[in-house]
Amino acid sequence: MKWLAAAALLVLLVLPAVLNSYAVTVFIFIFFYAFLGQAWNIVGGYAGQLSAGHAAFVGIGAYASALLSVQAGLTPWIGMLVGGLLSAALGTVVGYLGFRFGLRGFYFVLLTVAFAEVCRIVALNTDAVGGALGYYITFTGDPWQFQFQDNRVYYYVALGLMLIATGIVAGIERRRFGAYLIAIREDESACEALGVNTFRYKMLAMIVSSFLTGVGGTFYAFYLFSLQPAAVFGIPLSVEIIIRPIVGGAGTVMGPILGSFILSPLAEASRVYFGQGGWTGAHLIAYGLLLIAVVLFLPQGAYPALRRLWARAAR
Amino acid sequence: MAVGLTLIFGVMRVVNFAHGDMMVWGMYLAWMLSTRAGIDPYVGFVACAGALFLMGWVTQRLLVDRIVNAPHEMQILLMLGVALVLENAALVAFGPDPQRVRSPLRAATIWLGPVFVDVARLVTFALAMVLTLALYLFLTRTDLGRTMRAAADNAYGALVIGTDVRRVYAAAFGIGAACVGAAGALVSPILPFQPAGGLSLSVASFNIVIIGGMGSLPGAFLGGLLVSVAESLGAVFLSPSMKELVSFSLLIVILLFRPAGLFGKTAA
Repeated sequence: MKWLAAAALLVLLVLPAVLNSYAVTVFIFIFFYAFLGQAWNIVGGYAGQLSAGHAAFVGIGAYASALLSVQAGLTPWIGMLVGGLLSAALGTVVGYLGFRFGLRGFYFVLLTVAFAEVCRIVALNTDAVGGALGYYITFTGDPWQFQFQDNRVYYYVALGLMLIATGIVAGIERRRFGAYLIAIREDESACEALGVNTFRYKMLAMIVSSFLTGVGGTFYAFYLFSLQPAAVFGIPLSVEIIIRPIVGGAGTVMGPILGSFILSPLAEASRVYFGQGGWTGAHLIAYGLLLIAVVLFLPQGAYPALRRLWARAAR
Repeated sequence: MAVGLTLIFGVMRVVNFAHGDMMVWGMYLAWMLSTRAGIDPYVGFVACAGALFLMGWVTQRLLVDRIVNAPHEMQILLMLGVALVLENAALVAFGPDPQRVRSPLRAATIWLGPVFVDVARLVTFALAMVLTLALYLFLTRTDLGRTMRAAADNAYGALVIGTDVRRVYAAAFGIGAACVGAAGALVSPILPFQPAGGLSLSVASFNIVIIGGMGSLPGAFLGGLLVSVAESLGAVFLSPSMKELVSFSLLIVILLFRPAGLFGKTAA
């Protein structure tokens, strides 16, 4: 397994040398969404707290670093951390309210959606950040401003983000913290009865998750150069974030990556294919159907299923 | 105005993410009936209710039924999937532009005492009240209605005394969807609608259901009143685009402080 991962990593490292620019773009999206999925995985997969409002953290991180860069000239390499911290602050608020008031399951989902929608509407109605027109960053090609002429630099940055997040998740899983999170997901009351401070660990998971997602916002802003409230705060982005870990296997280290490798090319293909006919919603229909299918037939996700196959083949 | 409609939501207890999207489908069905076949939505709502009943029944039988005993998260994800499919199918089928159904009643207005009301709103309100009352009587007076409430209270107990719980669930889901479909058709002459509107309709109905306390009729009535007044005030004092902000903020506050509703029992 280790050898396989190392070989895969090596392939990914040399891949840009042979790929054309379009293929590099597809890989960037694979890595980027795997990164966001991995961040979500901490709170949604391991701790089992379904947040359907993670787009809010992307949006805050994106707007924060973009504004700081354009208005104050602060380099996004630092703005990234500022955005992450702001997102973590919002994550703390949402988490505190949700967990302190004991909102579980459906109620927690609603709370997170409501917060993301509030962010979207506020951004939409604040002219200082561009309002409904959106916020644009002029391209200068200055690496210090997180802008690169060469698409391949973005490739390596996105790959790096994904690897860092995966490292963090793997680290969490191996530690006591990860065990607590899984225990909370499986049976919170039992966990509490054993003396685990579930509130603290859920909060911690939420904060780490929202921080990472906020950092991802910077990448979003400086890769696409335009921020639309509906796109960065909207439900569709939250769905994009959630669906990859779920399809790949929520609560596993490899799940979000596998999910992104399955879904991102599919999404790209359907966008290209259906987008021309004006069928803008088509790939979301496909997501919906996929979500239903996964819940019905593969509730654990693809990765655990693959592992079982692997184990059977090895025997 | 919304009160009558929201009463319908209030009685439904199925936690259904696709709720608003089903309502949007009800609206579009009414729109198709009136533009293609020339049927007024105030007549066509019966057909819409029937179509949505089927949709609800099938959803329950085909999908929800299989995972009734699965963890709660799975049901949420499943309904999220259904909502995505419904919303975007509407987007593909009807395009993103807002629509409105024309009804001859819309143009007519009457003086009701000192206030000036258009007939369309009045008819919608009256029909919504009638439907709600019918639903209430159905739930309290008929065998199926009583069984439904029993199954909602204690599914295992209902099973023990020989109820086909799965069929009862399917019927409940179907009737719930039918109500939403009828509601959608009834407001279609008044409210412009678009595929993306499903979510805010879902939120509005969650607001009302949660404020009112699941399944409590007076609660739903007051909840509907509160929510619609709050939203209208928000639209007046802030800009109209901030109206949604009010309903989402309201949702957050309600979730935190009265998750069981103003009239429900305290949170379990």
